[in-house]
Amino acid sequence: MSAHFPWLSLAIWLPIVFGAYLLAVGRTAAPGGIRAVALTGAVLSLLVTLPVIAGFDAGTPNLQFTEKFLWIARPTAHYYLGVDGISMWFVPLTAFITVIAVLAGWKSIETRLSQYYAAFLILSGLMIGVFCAADGLLFYVFFEATLIPMYLIIGVWGGPRRVYAAIKFFLYTLLGSLLMLVALVYLYQASGGSFDIIAWQKLPLGRTPQILLFLAFLAAFAVKVPMWPVHTWLPDAHVEAPTAGSVVLAAIMLKLGAYGFLRFSLPIAPDAAHELSWLIIAMSLIAVVYIGFVALVQTDMKKLVAYSSIAHMGFVTLGFFVFSPAGVEGAIAQMISHGFVSGAMFLCIGVLYDRTHSRNIADYGGVVNTMPRFAAFAMLFAMANCGLPATSGFVGEFLVILGAVQFDFWIGAIAATTLVLGAAYSLWMYKRVIFGDIGNPAVAQLQDIDGREFLALGLLAVAVLWMGVYPAPVIDVLHTSVAELLAHVSQAKFVAGSL
Amino acid sequence: MDPLTDFIAVLPEALLLGCACLVLVADLFLRERHPNAAYGMTLVSLAAVAAAAAGPLSTGLERYAFGGMYLSDAMSAVLKLTAIFATALTLVYARSYALKRGMWRGELFALGLFALLGVMSMISANNLIMVYLGLELQSLALYGLVALRRDDARATEAAMKYFVLGALASGFLLYGMSMLYGATGTLDINALAQRIHSGQPIHSVLVLGTIFVVAGIAFKLGAAPFHMWVPDVYQGAPTPVALLLASAPKLAAFAIAFRILVEGLPQLAVDWQRMIAVLALTSIAVGNVTAVAQTNLKRMLGYSTVAQMGFLLLALLAGVVGGNTAITAGAYGAAMFYVVTYALATAGCFGVILLLSREGFEAEEIADLRGLAKRSPWYAFVMTLLMLSLAGLPPTVGFTAKFVVLQALVSESGSGPMWWLAVIAVLFSVVGAFYYLRIVKTMWFDEGTDQHPLEAGPDMRIALTANGLALLVLGILPQGLLALCNGAVLRALGG
Repeated sequence: MSAHFPWLSLAIWLPIVFGAYLLAVGRTAAPGGIRAVALTGAVLSLLVTLPVIAGFDAGTPNLQFTEKFLWIARPTAHYYLGVDGISMWFVPLTAFITVIAVLAGWKSIETRLSQYYAAFLILSGLMIGVFCAADGLLFYVFFEATLIPMYLIIGVWGGPRRVYAAIKFFLYTLLGSLLMLVALVYLYQASGGSFDIIAWQKLPLGRTPQILLFLAFLAAFAVKVPMWPVHTWLPDAHVEAPTAGSVVLAAIMLKLGAYGFLRFSLPIAPDAAHELSWLIIAMSLIAVVYIGFVALVQTDMKKLVAYSSIAHMGFVTLGFFVFSPAGVEGAIAQMISHGFVSGAMFLCIGVLYDRTHSRNIADYGGVVNTMPRFAAFAMLFAMANCGLPATSGFVGEFLVILGAVQFDFWIGAIAATTLVLGAAYSLWMYKRVIFGDIGNPAVAQLQDIDGREFLALGLLAVAVLWMGVYPAPVIDVLHTSVAELLAHVSQAKFVAGSL
Repeated sequence: MDPLTDFIAVLPEALLLGCACLVLVADLFLRERHPNAAYGMTLVSLAAVAAAAAGPLSTGLERYAFGGMYLSDAMSAVLKLTAIFATALTLVYARSYALKRGMWRGELFALGLFALLGVMSMISANNLIMVYLGLELQSLALYGLVALRRDDARATEAAMKYFVLGALASGFLLYGMSMLYGATGTLDINALAQRIHSGQPIHSVLVLGTIFVVAGIAFKLGAAPFHMWVPDVYQGAPTPVALLLASAPKLAAFAIAFRILVEGLPQLAVDWQRMIAVLALTSIAVGNVTAVAQTNLKRMLGYSTVAQMGFLLLALLAGVVGGNTAITAGAYGAAMFYVVTYALATAGCFGVILLLSREGFEAEEIADLRGLAKRSPWYAFVMTLLMLSLAGLPPTVGFTAKFVVLQALVSESGSGPMWWLAVIAVLFSVVGAFYYLRIVKTMWFDEGTDQHPLEAGPDMRIALTANGLALLVLGILPQGLLALCNGAVLRALGG
């Protein structure tokens, strides 16, 4: 553990400091100044994550950029940070999406500006903290704390049913995570007084504790992902959240749950994971197929993309539980890609919503006539959403289907229906909104995207294409860590016959 | 033991007694010309008493005084300092409210100081009679305070209710103590433990005594099913008095529970732990579920207190007496941490209620908080921190407190029923989160009719801000206070 610059701490605390500053200046500052400070904070926070990418050594599965200080003496918990191949990309991804989120609310948000941006910056730091935490208690604190800013974002700046959506979002996720807290406390006891996640992964555990732990973690992460059947909070939250809230929710917050499976469920309770894999696979396939059909019949664009997110996250959890390098790496690639694509989809809807204040598909039609540049971007993201080759969506879906087919042909075959369903709901929505004749006078008066929107969508488009055409930098980082994880998961933790 | 040593040990209490009398008399002469003189004197007295009470903290010495009646140690120092601090906060928060309602008089200060004296005596009591004396002193002062606005029907009703039920509880406690005395022939808490250990006393009498003592303590804590007075008194009492009721006496109740049950009756742990388990679960369930249905903020806080006390009792349950001292100390240290941070959070909540009230307008309904985030974003932020802390969400200290309690609950027991207690407690926390979040929702999401920013004097502003931020800072960096509590309990247990 050499003395190196604490980049991870900086990535976590810099946005939080900017957020706190915005809260402190509050009402006195001019709107322009607030926006400038928020953007500066977001961009600086992105810049400080670059050394993490640059300095990352893909050859080792160990945690890197570690920082460890005693936090609480009794019960012993540490401020312990570090990233491995699995978590590394999520640090810059989070910071990047925060920049997009700041740009997304640039014009549409006019009330309580400083609080709005503060919430996003603080949220960004907390989410990076979740990905970096190597101490169970620290993970939990970050994991739970992210609820508060998101609750306020949905509730204060959201749509008409925002209060219902915000409380539903909060209580659903809280219920899940409190069961995880009990699991963490159990692990602390079982490991003889340590919150070190890495130590937990090596801890021998009997069958019953493993299954109970697995279920407790499942309660927390399945709600967060969200998996069918605990997904019902997500469409509500997405529909009511402001555009940037939806972007962050879909792009990063859902990944916190999926990441939890990789960090806790699989390595800590590997035998339970194998034993219960049928359950997760079944839930994932239902998400892919059934939720795919549900998405197809939505009339609200945001709801449609929300359901498509659930279907895509079903793909991610499916990839985890086929226990092959292709499946897990594909799932992680899918997580990153979905971060870009779902963020972009919500941003596109936001662009339209800012102009017409409608999310109804039926209110549109012929948008290409008035917003050709927007239509081009939307085309790219719709294609990426259905996993077209050369977009980022393809990489993950292909690998996961590959892994699933290796595991069991029929599971792979059912999962592959996503290619049809995804194309159906994405492109059908695209057709109805963008093509055709202009039926609504409001559409006839639409202005094409301005420079700010072009910048936000352009950045996302570059990311989507880059990851689709040349995914090697992302995938290469994963190899060693995923191989180590799978090797670990394949070994039984308990002696046969014992409970 | 020579009188001087005795006096040094009781210096904080002696000082407080002198100051209380002084304030009472001085106010009579100064009231007309200097309306704030008594206030200033009270704050100075509290500072002096705090300085005196902090003594054992640095030396770590245990001092017995007056033939073992009284004990001054690190644990009592921490609890006393918190109680003094809570009382001072009460006065600061109450100033503008009480001034406008004609309650800003010497009686408020003198009775407040006497109540504090009772609290401090209970915290340091090492003899059952001393416990009872402290309790009565505290209760009598508080009865008077609740009835301070004698023209207010609800306050009078609350005072009557509090008095009748409080007297009943004192009776319970005294009856239990007399049985313990009958069985063992001693009132000294240390001697009680020794005599029971030596094995002569009749077990059934001891258990009966313990039942009454536990019931009395549960009454004072406001644990269900002995909680009936809590919401009514919280709602009916003048808000500053409700604040006083909600903070310092809970510290004292914790202290006597610890002294009598853990130090005095460790041999009967199996018996009282079962009772406490029932009390804890009932409190958590009843408090949380009933709080959801409340529209009155003070009443809601009353039920929330019931639930919080349930959590505190869980921690008392957690320590296994006679086991590993370090782990036991961890459990009772967790309980102490819980009650200290609870006092802090509750004080802040009532502070915000006091701040919201104006002349002729009691801000007691949850609906009165509507639109607070627009009126005064900073106070809305502080209140949000307070609510999150009471709900037990990170990164506030309420989370740390609930976490250490849960950790203690499962630490020694290994497996078995304790896990179920933890899971049930956690599930009811979600119910709790709902009504605390509803306050956050009311402040941030709802539109209010009143758009005027809240006005507050500098003392109030600083105190409330510090109170809110303290919950956040302690949540992020809990080590200092946690180590203090653990260390104090460890020494009290003789580890």
